[in-house]
Amino acid sequence: MSWPALYAQLVGANRHSTSLGKVWLSVLFIFRVMVLVVAAESVWGDEQSDFTCNTLQPGCENVCYDQFFPVSHIRLWSLQLVFVSTPTLLVSMYVAYRNHCDKRRLLQGQEEELETLKKRRLPIAGGLWWTYLCSLLFKMLFEGGFMYALYVVYDGFQMPRLVRCDQWPCPNLVDCFISRPTEKTIFTVFMATASSVCMVLNLAELAYLFCSGWVCSK
Amino acid sequence: MPLTAPAEPDPEPKMNWASFYAVISGVNRHSTGIGRIWLSVLFIFRILVLVVAAETVWGDEKSGFTCNTQQPGCNSVCYDHFFPISHIRLWALQLILVSTPALLVAMHVAHRRHVDKRVYKLSGRTNPKDLEQIKTQKMKITGALWWTYVISLLFRIVFEIIFMFLFYMIYPGYKMIRLVKCDSYPCPNTVDCFVSRPTEKTVFTVFMLAVSGVCILLNIAEVVFLVGKTCGKHLHSAGDSTMGAWIQHKLRSY
Repeated sequence: MSWPALYAQLVGANRHSTSLGKVWLSVLFIFRVMVLVVAAESVWGDEQSDFTCNTLQPGCENVCYDQFFPVSHIRLWSLQLVFVSTPTLLVSMYVAYRNHCDKRRLLQGQEEELETLKKRRLPIAGGLWWTYLCSLLFKMLFEGGFMYALYVVYDGFQMPRLVRCDQWPCPNLVDCFISRPTEKTIFTVFMATASSVCMVLNLAELAYLFCSGWVCSK
Repeated sequence: MPLTAPAEPDPEPKMNWASFYAVISGVNRHSTGIGRIWLSVLFIFRILVLVVAAETVWGDEKSGFTCNTQQPGCNSVCYDHFFPISHIRLWALQLILVSTPALLVAMHVAHRRHVDKRVYKLSGRTNPKDLEQIKTQKMKITGALWWTYVISLLFRIVFEIIFMFLFYMIYPGYKMIRLVKCDSYPCPNTVDCFVSRPTEKTVFTVFMLAVSGVCILLNIAEVVFLVGKTCGKHLHSAGDSTMGAWIQHKLRSY
């Protein structure tokens, strides 16, 4: 169970998405998940082993690292991607429920109709419209929530080169140096930008849903 | 130099979370709606998070465990004393044990299909299309299958609770401490040992426990749903069912 398995689940749900939804899924997997796996994870790979403090006191580095990095960027992004992907499954659950209800109404023996029922693409109207809307709102909430959490925990998107720490057992105020701060800043800004692009796509999809719902009702 | 033949592709299926997922998701077809939600929560919020995030947090738990001493062996002994079994291994065992009762249901369904096929063949009919239909039809959760399903749900709940209790016994408080004091031999005296990434570990421990709680609630809801549905069915057909008449009589006396 890893990113490819999650992708397989989401691609199945994609059939009932709008075109913007399909673009969103591609941006998510190419510019965020793939970049996380092939690039960002190796940048943060030595984050603790190369976190060096100007002291020989055992334990000081551990404690200072823990103070300045309560949750690593990589873990925050992984959780963000997991949470942001799951509202799409609400839509597949609703479609499965609708198919189940419609199957019950069909008479036994109409096998061809049962097959077309399974393969059909439901129009985004009625209950499915509301489910889709809820899934979009949840996606935006999770995106915004995680971006805000990252901003608050790390005081912005820039990674400093040096942090000063005086936690016990450090003997006094010690200088601690972070490994690859510029590269980490670049990737943080990149991931924040990709996240914003995804939010803009979600907003556009929301506007499209409202317009199509308004036009339909007319 | 003779050319070596290219390595043959490994015919044995790999034993990892992906193959486990393939085995368990096959059971999905015979589950209720709540059962399918439970399975999605299990795979996405527990196994996926474990594999993509939690394993890297605990990756350097031993190499990053530092004691304030130069005494060889003290680090290893103190680590072993405070971490008899790592959180990651406990979660992996918990996930495997909690998922496997679903295989009871799969075994029962396979047995039922085997019996149906035999009865069908003994009655003289050998239409291959009908035999295929027996293989692929979705079984209704009634009769003995209902009992198997409910028992599998109860086992899941029991395993979840046992592991949460085990966690509490081994790591009281669910919080990962920054510092542990250790005086096991060969440490020369009481030494300070520092745990790596305690805050991040606490965050993930709380997250995994919360999702475990959600899974227990889903299992309880599923049990209530199944019991309620069966009682309702018996009450509706109370006229020709002795169980339904008995339940109606009992309800009236209150």
